Amino acid sequence: MSQTQPGSPGIQIQITINGEPRRIAVQASNTLLDLLRHDLGLTGTKKGCDHGQCGACTVLIDGRRINSCLQLAVMQDGKEITTIEGVGQASQLHPLQQAFIERDAFQCGYCTPGQICSGIALIEEGHAATRDEIRELMSGNICRCGAYPNIVDAIEDVLVQRSGVSREAAE
Amino acid sequence: MNRFSYHRAETLADAISHLRGNPAAAIIAGGTNLVDLMKYEVERPGELVDVTRLDELRGISETPDGGLRIGALVPNSDVAYDERINARYPLLAHAVLAGATPQLRNAATTGGNLNQRTRCYYFNDVATPCNKREPGSGCSAIGGVNRIHAILGASDYCIATHPSDMCVALAALDAEVEVVGPDGKRRIAFADYHRLPGDEPQRDNTLRPGEIVVAVTLPREASAFAGNYTYLKLRDRLSYAFALVSVAAALKVDGRRIAAARLALGGVAHKPWRKLEAEEVLVGMSTDDAPFSRAADILLAGAQPHEHNAFKIDLARRAIVRALSQAAAGTPQSLTDKRIA
Amino acid sequence: MLRNDPHIGSPRNRVDGPAKVTGAATYAAEFAAECLGYGYIVESSIARGRIRSIDVSAAEAAPGVIKIFTHENRPQTAWFTYKYRDQVGPPGSPFRPLYSDEIQYSGQPIALVVATSFDAAREAAALVSVSYEEEPHMTDLSIARSDAYEPPKKRMGIAPPPDPRGDAVRAFSEATVRVSAEYSIAAEHHNPMEPHATTVIWEGKGKITVHDKTQGVQNSQAYVASVFGLSSDEVRVVAPYVGGGFGSGLRPQHQLFLAVMASLALERSVRVELTRQQMFSHVHRPETINAVSLGADAGGKLVSIQHHAVAATSQFEDHQENVVNWSGMLYHAPNVDLRYELAKLDIYSPGDMRAPGAPLGLFALESAMDELAIAANIDPIDLRLRNYTDHDENNGKAFTSKELRACYREGAARFGWSKRNAQPSSMRDGRELIGWGMASGVWEAGMMKTAARAVFTADGRLELSCATSDIGTGTYTILSQIGAETLGLEMEQVTVRLADSTLPASPVQGGSWTAASAGSAVMAACQELQAQLFKLARKVDGSPLADAGEDDIAFANGRILLRTNPAKSVSLAEVIAASGETKLEAEKSASPGLIGAMRYASYTHSAVFAEVRIDEELGQIRVTRIVNAVAAGRILNPKTARSQIIGGVVWGIGMALHEETLTDHRLGRIVNHSLAEYHVPANADIYDIDVVFVEEHDDKASPIGVKGLGEIGIVGTAAAIANAIHHATGKRLRNLPMTIDKLLAA
Repeated sequence: MSQTQPGSPGIQIQITINGEPRRIAVQASNTLLDLLRHDLGLTGTKKGCDHGQCGACTVLIDGRRINSCLQLAVMQDGKEITTIEGVGQASQLHPLQQAFIERDAFQCGYCTPGQICSGIALIEEGHAATRDEIRELMSGNICRCGAYPNIVDAIEDVLVQRSGVSREAAE
Repeated sequence: MNRFSYHRAETLADAISHLRGNPAAAIIAGGTNLVDLMKYEVERPGELVDVTRLDELRGISETPDGGLRIGALVPNSDVAYDERINARYPLLAHAVLAGATPQLRNAATTGGNLNQRTRCYYFNDVATPCNKREPGSGCSAIGGVNRIHAILGASDYCIATHPSDMCVALAALDAEVEVVGPDGKRRIAFADYHRLPGDEPQRDNTLRPGEIVVAVTLPREASAFAGNYTYLKLRDRLSYAFALVSVAAALKVDGRRIAAARLALGGVAHKPWRKLEAEEVLVGMSTDDAPFSRAADILLAGAQPHEHNAFKIDLARRAIVRALSQAAAGTPQSLTDKRIA
Repeated sequence: MLRNDPHIGSPRNRVDGPAKVTGAATYAAEFAAECLGYGYIVESSIARGRIRSIDVSAAEAAPGVIKIFTHENRPQTAWFTYKYRDQVGPPGSPFRPLYSDEIQYSGQPIALVVATSFDAAREAAALVSVSYEEEPHMTDLSIARSDAYEPPKKRMGIAPPPDPRGDAVRAFSEATVRVSAEYSIAAEHHNPMEPHATTVIWEGKGKITVHDKTQGVQNSQAYVASVFGLSSDEVRVVAPYVGGGFGSGLRPQHQLFLAVMASLALERSVRVELTRQQMFSHVHRPETINAVSLGADAGGKLVSIQHHAVAATSQFEDHQENVVNWSGMLYHAPNVDLRYELAKLDIYSPGDMRAPGAPLGLFALESAMDELAIAANIDPIDLRLRNYTDHDENNGKAFTSKELRACYREGAARFGWSKRNAQPSSMRDGRELIGWGMASGVWEAGMMKTAARAVFTADGRLELSCATSDIGTGTYTILSQIGAETLGLEMEQVTVRLADSTLPASPVQGGSWTAASAGSAVMAACQELQAQLFKLARKVDGSPLADAGEDDIAFANGRILLRTNPAKSVSLAEVIAASGETKLEAEKSASPGLIGAMRYASYTHSAVFAEVRIDEELGQIRVTRIVNAVAAGRILNPKTARSQIIGGVVWGIGMALHEETLTDHRLGRIVNHSLAEYHVPANADIYDIDVVFVEEHDDKASPIGVKGLGEIGIVGTAAAIANAIHHATGKRLRNLPMTIDKLLAA
């Protein structure tokens, strides 16, 4: 593992993206976000700030939600990455994607893939049951359109579906 | 971002040998601060040494003397949700959860949290003078926009603050930093790990060249504070913002008597701010009428405001009193209900 | 059977939802091209002066660099400044990137590095070395205001303050109850989540397709054609998805210029994407200072209103907004004096940002009204009702509709206003003081000439197209609803194409006029299709509609049917099959009625109610409840409409508590140019937001009765919060944002 330059073949890494194992040559300075967007055509993951200040680039790395803009691609060797493209397609939406549509939990749509990846992880993490907890644990995803109340509604819907308890009991 | 070489360390010795004699080399783990600063051109390492594959830096384990050892690679989230930490050092868990976001906490490591750099506007903007970034260029924050800057322990060279929440709790809990370098292993008391800026603000801490943080250890005695503690953070929005002022307060309560006290401030100095005298005035006092405001006055003695941050002195004083009240009552500040109890 | 759940007026999911939740929606920086060149901008570090030298040799030698553009080697572009004008720009000389060695503001683009990869361009950009000849700069409005001036040339579409009425100074001095104070609002940056970006696809032979982050594809197209001397068929601009605009995409921004310049010069596709830091190098809401004096009689009836505002602008343009006119039309007063001035700073030109002007002026007016209510010991709603006006006193016109009374009534009921104890600091819950405040909101209900095309095809599908955009406002969805409703189709049978400069003409998407304008155009085009279809239906062999008149029929369930006997019908598929055509097409435009505009003034109104909870000792402010009652005419889609208002309220909360662009005046440079230090509300900051749409029928504002919703949500919100903070604490904060330090110091 050593130095790379633009134009040089780069460093070979093995990563699994949305279930598909891939061998890719990356430059040392490539972030995971730029690798996804520029090199792999997976533009569902968004660049909002490129500095970990907005959450638009959130993906799941080995199941954990992480800002892909601050991860060097070369360091992802051996990891499993899930992006919004791997969460669900229009013909078969993830329940949280459907809930986002039903609750109108987005407007411009730019922060949405990051919100959904983050929300899926939040549900898996199991630390949020109340609206206050959802709000706090979704605060790593900025939505400039201000869809926050609807985002909380959408996540709460899926939490309730998952747990089988009523909405009132969850509050 | 500059061009750099990348080296994935396979052993700790390998990592140290890469750092040794190569001042342009930097360690990377979580990346949440270093990659951020590299994109701003604030950090321009010639080589990145990736230590994320080093098993000896992982995991939370018991120490022989009954404390806990947190490996440098343990992500902030794992610290926050670890059962042993929540049972014995809940102040630490609370402080970690008060900082950053779930995504950042999943990536950011314990060692990286110690070594994160200031959020000073000017440090982060290479178009402006900054002694921390470019020694000798001047401090733009002095006489500039300094609402978020230090009120304690600053110098004519730098008025930046340390941005960590976790470190405020570690300071209060008398943690130790375990480092390994070319000359072997050593342990640094937490209070001695971070520096005040003095005339060398470019140095954030007392790590020597080639040294790597391998773990942070929490002493057994600090678990005596698990019943009465709080981490109270005041900031410009209710989440995802650095502290204007934060307080880690912990009391060892014997009946209604305070047997020991710990008090540290974040957001006010170049390092977590602690003064033993402030804690000592509380010892032996009743939780009902302990001189919390006196403790605050001692801790804040010598505070020096700048044009825009004088409010921090008053805010810190009030926050200390409230935090000590919360600790005394055994009602730590909720991290999700934003009402301050 | 007629549907009993009409598309128009019913809550509908966004038709672009599946694309947005799956990541399939593609934004400006996401279009791929062969041999794409990546552009990275180098910015100036000084605010005013000249570039003495710019050394690009190290950068040029960096691997992957294709070309570095500076003012020294910029390809020829239009000479005259007027060529750089756009549809919405203010009077002045538009900023021309890389035009000369002159530095006009800190953050000005001074070089563009184009390389084979993003990383290579970014790396090389850091190697560009510049030396400057600095000149003294001024970025401090508190100083520059002493040289404020009335803008000599007025901005098109922005009414200047009306002539003074009566003698406001004298009436004020004689008034029984008086309040007079200064209210200021910090500069703010739009910060849409999608940074500004342009991808130019080089199509060969001088033709380009431009994927631009814009709220007006035809505005961008005209700008590019004018600046680069292209014909309109050589440049096509598209923006099917825009990751938030809020006004930042109204005018062509410099990344558009730079990307097109590089693409034409290099004859290859080029993308230029701003970093978040660079998003602070262009348009923003101007810092504005308001002086307001209100005088009233003992009963609270206003006798004098004076509202003088000073706003920042750049050295090169006179950006203007309607800040003060609201104070002459929201309440009745016999003596009114409104003034609006600008002060020049060494900054980039401010521009329109969500409800430009209104929340600035209304923060002042509605705070002052709250102060007056306290001084006169009158309930704040009662005070507003006592000064209610039924016509626009700035111009004497009647309102097309005004249900502001209903907003007060229904909003107050929903909020529980009657339980309010007027005494400050009288309500608390533990350590928190509770404050309830309210404010009025108002925004123009505009309509602009817009064209749309409707095509009905033999497969029973309807395609609607218009050059307007959907920046997250729900335009795709409401146009689908209008089309489906008019032709009696399901929404799934309707496709909407927007934001392509080749489509029927539309103005920029802004000003809350898109639903009224594009909606009316689509309605007109679909009605034209209705006429065509009906004409053909009557000719179908054995048509049950042969003798029917236009008023006898309806379009429903894909059929044309007799209202009196819905069983008698013809399917649209039969109609088109019988006609022998493969498709029917109609293009219509809709315009505001000129006579109506001469006689009527049209506004949306709102009443905003805010609850704050403030830690008494620590000054932490939480906005725990907002009720926003809105009168905006016909609501096409209550679901997306509610989201628009919620979004506006979140902006109002940000304006009230968080947002502030901080400038170091010694350096003339913005210092908090990041989303870590420029705070917009996070999820944890937003509690309950309750939106009420009051019934309002308006047959004059627009042909479809719509008034628009994009801005009204923000307008009164900051004032309502400031008033609630006063109610909680007895402290009057007149300087936004209301941060913890200001509250503790008050």
